[in-house]
Amino acid sequence: MIVMDNVCKTYKVAKRNAGLKEACRHLFHRETEEIRALTDVSFQIADGEMVGYIGPNGAGKSSTIKILSGILTPDCGTCSVDGRIPWKNRIEHVKQIGVVFGQRSQLWWDIPVNDSFELIKEIYSIPAEQYKHTLDELTELLSLQEILKTPTRQLSLGQRMRCEISASLLHQPKLLFLDEPTIGLDAVSKLAVRDFIKKLNKEHSTTVLLTTHDMQDIEAIAERVILIGKGKVLMDGTLQDMKDLVRLTDDAQSKKNDAAQSRGNDAAQSCMDTDITGKENDNLDQIVAKLYQQLDIL
Amino acid sequence: MKKYISFFRVRFATGLQYRMAAVTALTTQFFWGLMECLIYKALMESNAVSLPMGYPAIVSYIWLKEAFYALFNTWATDNDLFGMIVDGGISYEFCRPVSVYGMWFARSLGSRVAEAALRCGPVLLCAIILPAPYRIGPPAGLTAFLFFLLTMFLSLMVTVSFCMVVYMLCFFTISPTGWRILFTGAVEFLSGSVIPLPFIPQPYNSIISFLPFASMLNVPLRTYSGDLAGNALIQAVFLQIFWFIVLYLFGYRLCHKAENRIVIQGG
Repeated sequence: MIVMDNVCKTYKVAKRNAGLKEACRHLFHRETEEIRALTDVSFQIADGEMVGYIGPNGAGKSSTIKILSGILTPDCGTCSVDGRIPWKNRIEHVKQIGVVFGQRSQLWWDIPVNDSFELIKEIYSIPAEQYKHTLDELTELLSLQEILKTPTRQLSLGQRMRCEISASLLHQPKLLFLDEPTIGLDAVSKLAVRDFIKKLNKEHSTTVLLTTHDMQDIEAIAERVILIGKGKVLMDGTLQDMKDLVRLTDDAQSKKNDAAQSRGNDAAQSCMDTDITGKENDNLDQIVAKLYQQLDIL
Repeated sequence: MKKYISFFRVRFATGLQYRMAAVTALTTQFFWGLMECLIYKALMESNAVSLPMGYPAIVSYIWLKEAFYALFNTWATDNDLFGMIVDGGISYEFCRPVSVYGMWFARSLGSRVAEAALRCGPVLLCAIILPAPYRIGPPAGLTAFLFFLLTMFLSLMVTVSFCMVVYMLCFFTISPTGWRILFTGAVEFLSGSVIPLPFIPQPYNSIISFLPFASMLNVPLRTYSGDLAGNALIQAVFLQIFWFIVLYLFGYRLCHKAENRIVIQGG
């Protein structure tokens, strides 16, 4: 059970204009700007749920994941995961969770993947029996046989990502946070990863929180979608709810446009969003793009 | 404990991964040691100065320094750790159910011991079969040898806990370059890595010998040849323990502070 309650987080970001002169000035006079990554985030996720966490670039998705995994301390609000406060009981907390940061690597660069896995086994004190079983399972599901003996630096991005995901699951966490896990994967690997996550949820009832920009990931995996923008939760429901939301606002807009048109105004700009609405097989990316525009969170 | 040993294992495996790197480092160390021996020989024969250490003591100092170089050099910090701090890869480090300080300490210790274990054999072997004046002598006695082992362990602890402080400081300055430049020069010199500390004139010598840097390689290397013995040795051992505790506590506090204020943006 994950509970986030009015969580906010602010970053200080150094800002200056380009140029050498500006750089020199900056040496003595620092200008920083406060960026509110999260202004007010509240949601609850029950055990065994698979939740897609979406939002435009810079919406605060990764920040949320980092708070939930105990890496960052929020400025205000409360957050508890199975009754633990992630950043306070960090060590206890991380034993129970698995995290994949799609843009970072947890495997040791110079040594074969197998050695990295062995180390992770020791770090989490995984019993030998359980380790072997889990590894066999992961090897089969993510087809790792060939790549386990290769040093990480010689793996392709997709191969590495499959290893990263496995590495995060060796200790059989009850909770899995995935931060863009399908980044850079080919179609086959993507499908494999999606199937794998679904299977994991089904068999071990692992709770999954997934952030991604690939809407097909969401469609394939998430039963529930949480949409955030500018650090706030804007929608929390099923994928269908999200589509409906677009449709509703779209309808309202087109009515307004119709009215405007009848008053004789030139409504050429309304052409750009002609009917995505009526079609059944809407392109998800277009829907989401439209939603971001309508909600004005870009 | 097993967790920490496995960090050592991984570092050892990493050290073994690249053969050419090990061979070239060995060659450098051998020639560097030989060169230093020759310099001191020339110094001694010029008769212009009276050396504060006996020539055999200097020779064993030099060869031990080269053989166990990886244990004590403060500038050979773990670049991966700096990299992680700078680019945010540290996210994963915080997702491990171990204390960050403990994990990194084990990691640094592991890489140092692993590297030294790979290199000390060949260098020492060369130092033993060299002709007379440049050959490394036996330890000054059994007590001296035992104290050599003890002080070597302690100085390794001091060195690693010192490097931990450097890593932790990087959390606060982001760029590690400044700290590293400062430490390459100053600490190298003050720890006796460039010239043995007895060569530094008074009164600087007595000040320097109380600094934490003098508790690093200076102590074991001089203990071996008996240059450091008796009360001075006992004092040095206590000073090593003192500095280890101080540096450990300081690094640990810094780590704790860093954990609470860490910022990882993007991705």
